[in-house]
Amino acid sequence: MARMKFLCDAERCIECNGCVTACKNEHEVPWGVNRRRVITLGDGEIGEKSISVACMHCTDAPCAAVCPVDCFYTTDEGIVLHDKDLCIGCGYCFYACPFGAPQYPQQDAFGVRGKMDKCTFCAGGPVADNSPEETEKYGRNRIAEGKLPLCAEMCSTKALIAGDGDMVSDIYRERILKRGGRPQTWGWETAYNKTS
Amino acid sequence: MIKEHSKMQTKGRGRLRAMTWSVLFIVISAMVLPTASYLISSDTAFAQVSNDENQRANFWRAVRQGAVGYSAVSGVESGVFINNGGQNWRQMRNGIIATYGGWSVIGAPISILVFYLIRGKIRVGAKKSGLTVPRWQTWERIMHWYTAVLFVILAITGLSLLFGRVVLIPVLGAKGFSLWASLSINTHNVVGPFFSIGVFAMLLFWIKNNIPNATDIKWLTSGGGIIGNTHSSAGKANGGEKIWYWIVILVGLLAVCGTGLALIGWVAQWGIGDSTRATMQYMYQIHAIAAIIWIIVFFGHVYIGTIGTEGVLQGMITGRVSTEWAKQHHDLWYEDVKDQAEQVQSNLPSGTETHNLTN
Ligand code: SF4
Ligand code: SF4
Repeated sequence: MARMKFLCDAERCIECNGCVTACKNEHEVPWGVNRRRVITLGDGEIGEKSISVACMHCTDAPCAAVCPVDCFYTTDEGIVLHDKDLCIGCGYCFYACPFGAPQYPQQDAFGVRGKMDKCTFCAGGPVADNSPEETEKYGRNRIAEGKLPLCAEMCSTKALIAGDGDMVSDIYRERILKRGGRPQTWGWETAYNKTS
Repeated sequence: MIKEHSKMQTKGRGRLRAMTWSVLFIVISAMVLPTASYLISSDTAFAQVSNDENQRANFWRAVRQGAVGYSAVSGVESGVFINNGGQNWRQMRNGIIATYGGWSVIGAPISILVFYLIRGKIRVGAKKSGLTVPRWQTWERIMHWYTAVLFVILAITGLSLLFGRVVLIPVLGAKGFSLWASLSINTHNVVGPFFSIGVFAMLLFWIKNNIPNATDIKWLTSGGGIIGNTHSSAGKANGGEKIWYWIVILVGLLAVCGTGLALIGWVAQWGIGDSTRATMQYMYQIHAIAAIIWIIVFFGHVYIGTIGTEGVLQGMITGRVSTEWAKQHHDLWYEDVKDQAEQVQSNLPSGTETHNLTN
């Protein structure tokens, strides 16, 4: 059985935010909620680097460990999903998650946040595949249709790749071999003939 | 013969010298050779790659250390790559707090029960005359019971959120517990601020009764009447009550109410601190640990106030206590109020004929 993985190649990501837009459009997530985001280090400086971050579908998922209502489950493909009917919006998964993946639609005066929303690897939730209820609560279920997450499919530079972990690592390994492993022969410096 | 002998001697000496030199050579080489790698390495391209140039490593190191970058997506800490405190928080909450906290909350009432079985109820020694003195004003009793009821609500809802997954899901099922947990968290968050007002009122209005003094030290060193049968002197509040009061103020008001208001985002709105995950993680840990301590001490307070000591609960319900109780437990305070002793059926507050027996 395949184990689904995301991988963002920081040497390819150009911070176009195409993945963010693709996700938001595909799943019609509420205002203020972004299941994926691009972060740039050294923005505007020479050598800036970006990566696209969303739920990484952890093996020993911290969110699942701290959830007081135990609403997370891992699918056979290794995708971490949650049940919005059980979620109480406590925010604990957000405190525990290493990647800031859980999002909340609101923040009221008494700390009410609404049901947590996060990246589903385009695999919906615990209700019937692609039922109106699933689309409403969790977004589209592309995995059930045999498709991969839209963010990766849309990525213009193929920096973001998603799919079976073995295939993802094969693709990445091939890239690394082409680039060479030496730290001084990578990325933009190589592209623009800077010798170091 | 002699010649032969000296020849052998020379041969032996030569061998010894050769051996000495070889050993020396080995020892020196063993010490010097490894250091030679410095000479070689400083000359290779590999060694020239300083950290400044090793961008790939620098980038991921920064990511791992929780560097903050730019993100077009706005949101809470959306520019942070890695939330490093998360794993510590998880281990504190699910490990130390849940384990030790859980067993303490179970252990405290059991130890109190054992203590009760050994010690029994502390009764009022003297024969009852029916005379009572006023101990708690109406507003004081309202303040006490308002805070007490909210405390119990908060304790039950708070413990449900921490231990419900282990204790209540097997009983209520996932859906049933989710409903209860949802009710719990919303009640907890709304009741919390109102409860804090009650505790704050206690800080304001009861602090004058609770300034520690020398009498309290004597009260404490003599065991306070809980241990042994000595009746130590005490004013309106004895040493034990003062300790409880200061736990309520320091552990309760500061560590529990303060962090609670931070956790629902109020403190940050008042311009103190922020609502980042690191802040929330620390606030949560202080809140949970202090709240569990408070609950444990609360069990003790409830015990002493009800089945542990005769006549205490009556004081907080009717506002009046018997003169004998006052003399036994709060002799110094009794001196102040003995003028107000009346024949009052303390459990029938109104409509009862009273005789003024003030002497
Ligand atoms: S929400 Fe966070 S902790 Fe949970 S699986 Fe996704 S990345 Fe991991
Ligand atoms: S916000 Fe929802 S999913 Fe996250 S820990 Fe709380 S109950 Fe679980």
